[in-house]
Amino acid sequence: MELPLAFDAQLFIQLTVNGVTLGSLYALIALGYSLVYGILKLLNFAHGDVYMVGAFIGYGVLTALGGPLSLDIALVPLIVLMFLAAMLGSGALGVLIERFAYRPLRDAPRLAPLISALGVSFFLQNSALLLLGAGFRSYDSFLLGSKQPELFVPGPLVDPVFVIHGVNVQTIQVVVVSVTVGLMVALTLFVARTQLGKAMRATAFDREAAAMMGIDVDRVIASTFFIGSVLAGAAGVMFGLLFSQVFHLMGFLAGLKGFTAAVVGGIGSIPGAMLGGLLVGLAESYAAGYVGGRWSDLFVFGILILVLLVRPSGLLGARAINKV
Amino acid sequence: MDAGGTIPEPPAAPDERERPRVGVDEWVARVEERRETHRGLAGVAHRVLRFVPPPARLALFVAVAATLPLWMGRGDLFAYGIFTLLYVLLGLGLNVVVGYAGLLDLGHIAFFGFGAYLYALLSSEQYGIHWPATATVPLVVAATALLGLLLGIPSRRLLGDYLAIVTLFFGQAFVFFVNAANPTVAGKGLTGGPNGIADIDPLSFFGYELASRRQQFYFLLLAVALILTGLHFLSESRTGRAWRALREDPLAAEAMSIPVNRLKLLAFAFGAAIAGFTGCIFASVLTAVTAGNFGIPLLITIYAIVILGGVGSLTGVVIGAVVINMSFQFLAPENPQDNARLLFYSLIILLLVLTIRPLWKLAAVFGGVVVLGAVVERLVEALAPSWTGGVVVEGGRLAGAVGHWVIIPTGHGRFANVAYVSLVAAVLLLTRLHGNARIVALVPTIYLAAVVWETSFVEQPAVARWILFGALLVSLMTVRPQGLLGTPRVEIV
Repeated sequence: MELPLAFDAQLFIQLTVNGVTLGSLYALIALGYSLVYGILKLLNFAHGDVYMVGAFIGYGVLTALGGPLSLDIALVPLIVLMFLAAMLGSGALGVLIERFAYRPLRDAPRLAPLISALGVSFFLQNSALLLLGAGFRSYDSFLLGSKQPELFVPGPLVDPVFVIHGVNVQTIQVVVVSVTVGLMVALTLFVARTQLGKAMRATAFDREAAAMMGIDVDRVIASTFFIGSVLAGAAGVMFGLLFSQVFHLMGFLAGLKGFTAAVVGGIGSIPGAMLGGLLVGLAESYAAGYVGGRWSDLFVFGILILVLLVRPSGLLGARAINKV
Repeated sequence: MDAGGTIPEPPAAPDERERPRVGVDEWVARVEERRETHRGLAGVAHRVLRFVPPPARLALFVAVAATLPLWMGRGDLFAYGIFTLLYVLLGLGLNVVVGYAGLLDLGHIAFFGFGAYLYALLSSEQYGIHWPATATVPLVVAATALLGLLLGIPSRRLLGDYLAIVTLFFGQAFVFFVNAANPTVAGKGLTGGPNGIADIDPLSFFGYELASRRQQFYFLLLAVALILTGLHFLSESRTGRAWRALREDPLAAEAMSIPVNRLKLLAFAFGAAIAGFTGCIFASVLTAVTAGNFGIPLLITIYAIVILGGVGSLTGVVIGAVVINMSFQFLAPENPQDNARLLFYSLIILLLVLTIRPLWKLAAVFGGVVVLGAVVERLVEALAPSWTGGVVVEGGRLAGAVGHWVIIPTGHGRFANVAYVSLVAAVLLLTRLHGNARIVALVPTIYLAAVVWETSFVEQPAVARWILFGALLVSLMTVRPQGLLGTPRVEIV
């Protein structure tokens, strides 16, 4: 039986698949914001640009190993290498940023680190522009690893893994979602089980008390930045593999979306960041499919403002109590 | 035991500096220490400025600015005069919200954009409406203030960072709205999408049009002077004092029966009204508005203006606007490269003069850099002539001298990138060094900076200015978070 308003199941499923993929990307970025905010109460505006640098490191590895159309090594080790390089590189960058732009400001008024973060973001964006130029760089994910790129035979990344209701789910989408899930499980276990994770929770709870208990707060904060930036680097490579084109301004919008995800889910909360990422990804995808692409960004921000006004601490965030 | 029963001497007083000072927070105490060490030129400037009363400062500023049209060409008046004044106005609007009331408003640009677009809609061919500015400007100012109030009402309960988030997204939503969404009203796109709205009428009051740059400049100057005066009185008034109390500690302010919510709304509306007014002038002077005018770069620029001068200081805003706009215009792509070069080297020299004491160390650094450059250039020329074969971009007297001092390889794309990355590393390393090691490390770093300037920045001054700008913000925050003239804010935990 037909629904009165012709409900296009195929379109819906396609949008859902896209939304989940996009959402896992945003969730990874959101985690970085959330971790840092949880521990320092700092909005790290430079996070989106760390993600951009991650995408470019992935691109660098790709070109160093022969370029997308004439690979020197097999596809799987290549992608593993890209992820590793981007994650380590971004992680190191995050630690550097913390060391030089935020640590000197730890006791300064709230405005100072915020402005410093904006400065770092500007610096990174324009350094990338200076070093690499304004053009798009392409991962060529459609042809990446293809046997006959000159005949435009699609590479294995876009091969359908399985088909739901006539909708192809591509290999790369499965890879992105499963890597994200893997990283999140690892992070959750890390924070819950390891000693450093425990130290991170203690520092987030009360930095001074943690320091008095013998926790090396500086080290904990640096590791938090490292972990957050590692996740951003992974997200950067994922973006490249999904959408091919990377450029120096890509961090801005993605950063805003990841940030939205973190806030919607409840900034400072790890499951909140995952939920928020998924919500933002789905909202964007549905808005693009049903309302029109030009409205999708407005739609996402509208959700954010609504959530914040109704529940200022986000969906899963702990309600902040202002103690004197 | 002394049988005589003399009273033993009390133990020596602990060192003065280590004594706790009652009523002074540690942060303030540390800042004062720093200020005491501000001798030299910066200290002199600071004392002189404190000596001149606000009315005299305003008179001085207006008197100097009023002479600009007498000796500047039209283009220069537009770039240096009008733009500086626009920046002053924008800074003043933001200063009310951030500086006085301490509300972190990252969507301020949206009010500016709203004012500009509204003015454009009411006085252009877009819908064939051509109202005189006598009617438009008050209307736009009122509408923008109302918008500020509307944003302020739901934001009352949001604290600190959450306010920053909501306002940031409000600002972004505005840009998306005018740029991408561009809803269709009465048969055409309301905001013109990426093309914006063009052919906007100049300001006209009672039939008198402000058509020439000179007239526009004097009108702006008058507006700036009036707003500065008004804001000065406002900041000294009951409301101004209440805002500052709110900024320092909202909770304590509320406990003192200060109407916190009403003051927040007032600050939002006030800041928005000034921004809307600036928007009108901006639209009329540029005769076109596009969404690109109201992005994050402008927001950061205005924050930099307010912060550079010192949050909450009117003089600071004016100085910040002058400094930032001057450096922007010097680094503008259409400006002769030799000017930008002059600015760059004088800035380095100024920084050195201000920071290095005693004088012989300063002389040693200067001498070291010059000698290092000469030696390296000769050495490289002897070993690998192609490495010095590059041409200095755009000649001038300075360029000639620089060409014999800096190594510029022919076809230097990769070399420039390596130099840039090593410069960043060197500067970061420099911040970790102290004392004589820092002085020694300074010499090659400055030379490296010169090499980077000549090989890559000079070719892309527009990019270079944003890079320097970002670096400036970070270093300013680490060295002097309250700005040049600001009073230190106390964060009590």
